[in-house]
Amino acid sequence: MKLPSKIYTFLIFLFLYAPIIVMIVFSFNSTNSTGLMAGFSLRWYAVLFSNKNIMQALYNTLILAVASALIATVIGTAAAVGIDKWKKNLFRSSVMGVTNIPMMTPEIVTGVSMMLLFVFMGRVIGRQGILGFGTILIAHVTFNLPYVILSVLPKLRQTDPHLAEAAQDLGCTPLRSFFKAVLPSISPGIVTGMIMAFTLSLDDFIISYFTTGPGFQTLPIAIFSMTKKRVKPDMYALSTLIFVSILVLLILTNVAQARGENKKKKNI
Amino acid sequence: MEEKIIIDLKNISLSFGEEQILKDLNLYIRDKEFLTLLGPSGCGKTTTLRIIAGFLEPDSGEVIFENKNMNGVPPHKRHVNTIFQRYALFPHLNVYENVAFGLRVKKMPEKEIKTKVNDMLALVNLKGFEKRNVNSLSGGQQQRVAIARALANEPSVLLLDEPLGALDLKLRKDMQAELKSIQERLGITFIYVTHDQEEALSMSDTIVVMDSGVIQQIGTPQDIYNEPKNAFVADFIGESNILDGIMRRDLFVEFSGHRFKCLDSGFEKDELVDVVVRPEDVEVVPAEQGMLKGTVTSITFKGVHFEIIVDIKDYKWMIQSTDYQEVDSEIGLLITPDDIHIMKKSVYSGVFGDYSSFSEEFDELSDVNEEVED
Ligand SMILES: Nc1ncnc2c1ncn2[C@@H]1O[C@H](COP(=O)(O)OP(=O)(O)OP(=O)(O)O)[C@@H](O)[C@H]1O
Ligand SMILES: [Mg+2]
Repeated sequence: MKLPSKIYTFLIFLFLYAPIIVMIVFSFNSTNSTGLMAGFSLRWYAVLFSNKNIMQALYNTLILAVASALIATVIGTAAAVGIDKWKKNLFRSSVMGVTNIPMMTPEIVTGVSMMLLFVFMGRVIGRQGILGFGTILIAHVTFNLPYVILSVLPKLRQTDPHLAEAAQDLGCTPLRSFFKAVLPSISPGIVTGMIMAFTLSLDDFIISYFTTGPGFQTLPIAIFSMTKKRVKPDMYALSTLIFVSILVLLILTNVAQARGENKKKKNI
Repeated sequence: MEEKIIIDLKNISLSFGEEQILKDLNLYIRDKEFLTLLGPSGCGKTTTLRIIAGFLEPDSGEVIFENKNMNGVPPHKRHVNTIFQRYALFPHLNVYENVAFGLRVKKMPEKEIKTKVNDMLALVNLKGFEKRNVNSLSGGQQQRVAIARALANEPSVLLLDEPLGALDLKLRKDMQAELKSIQERLGITFIYVTHDQEEALSMSDTIVVMDSGVIQQIGTPQDIYNEPKNAFVADFIGESNILDGIMRRDLFVEFSGHRFKCLDSGFEKDELVDVVVRPEDVEVVPAEQGMLKGTVTSITFKGVHFEIIVDIKDYKWMIQSTDYQEVDSEIGLLITPDDIHIMKKSVYSGVFGDYSSFSEEFDELSDVNEEVED
């Protein structure tokens, strides 16, 4: 690489990561000043872990992400299998179009419309304050679905359509043939879809904001409500932790993928 | 051969939408026989096989296994196994596990599975490949795994859909012999699909020639070759000169302006017929000694013999002979009663022309296609 392009690359990385670096540095500040680095301490991490509110929100977020990712994966995989069976025609392409629309619509629209639906349903069944874990779970499953379908479908298309028949030929019932012959071939797509659903759910703020009630706060919502006052360095500590965990997750999946590909290459 | 009938297809018809794929198909298959479905692409061979395996239900007609009606019985409850056109091996399992698949489904004890899988791998000459990933195998080896996987289940009938279609010529020949010997050793009924007539002739006990969903002829390879029922069969199996003829009376037929003695009888007087003369049966003699006279238009060396195209009264005959003839020379043909086969007129009469469009260039083109496929 020539020098100018090296400098250019460096500048881009600096631009991208400067805010995060600054945040990480200040999360270790011993005072709550944002202008001056007084000294190194883990004080704000201690404050963070003793904050019951935040810890509860973290727990909620994780539960929600795991549950919604699992449910979306099961429903989405089943849907993809169904769609794959259809012949290529107008009907199929319109179904795919409908599947994709929720990914395009602004989150605020999805959020508001879902809230409206839930409140309306609450009225119908005569319940006040229906918004909570149930409704936010439904919302997350809904916006996760298209991502799962879109990561499973290509895998299905790549697998030999005769695999399921071969399994039935060897004595499997149709259902069992799916689990024994088709599922193993599409599992990489399913895992990708599930990880995507998990991270999307972790990350979501807008839709969550509209579809949950006071009884169930997720981490992004908790942070947002705290920043309405004054942002304290324990938020930097929290954000640093989130950043590091995502980084670790990313490295792990990359390593796993690279290993998988190496193995495949060895076999071929 | 035993006369026990193992599969009986009665009046099978099937349509996909508007298009009728199988038309009133009747066929029975004897125990332990090697039966081949032969026909051009799209004639309904795979469809017939899928009906036997249970992947397709016929619109009408009966599928009978050993006197039991199988209509509506799902594939996993039928005692047949299939070798698919593209093998359909399980990519996530190794060779051993692929072969063991059906046995595991049956919940066979682990020890018996081991013996069985080893036996099967020995049968197809794949000992030592147990741990290999199936994607790392060559086409021929994958084919063997597919055979071992199917045979491990001890089916009474094995269905093979163009199993050698993806292999190169040499390997195909080896596998043909191997399949035939496996079939004879294990005493299993094979229903074999191919569009390669040579393969069909060399392997089968019985050949079923199909075209556009209709069975044209059922018979032994000799029957099919020597006594084709109509012009389609004559043209599809081997090379043949198909001529318009008139049956003057029993044992006498007239074609190409000459009256020949033949062995066929039972036709009306002066009935119009199709006459088949195989290229290798004709004897080339000097022009003045021939029953028919013609001009050589081209000659091609084929190794075992020369292929000579002869123009006789505007019909281009193909003759195979070991003697070289000059192009444009006049030669005579000698045809004995034995060489002549008479067929009733059919919808296929006149469809297959003479050898006028047949040229070396054409041959080369089809060779290139074959290589691309391989
Ligand atoms: N699922 C289907 N839907 C509609 N038409 C079909 C279907 N399957 C097969 N066909 C049609 O049925 C006809 C017979 O098909 P089949 O697969 O039995 O042919 P084949 O003799 O096996 O040919 P090949 O030698 O090319 O494999 C073809 O015209 C094909 O287009
Ligand atoms: Mg076919």
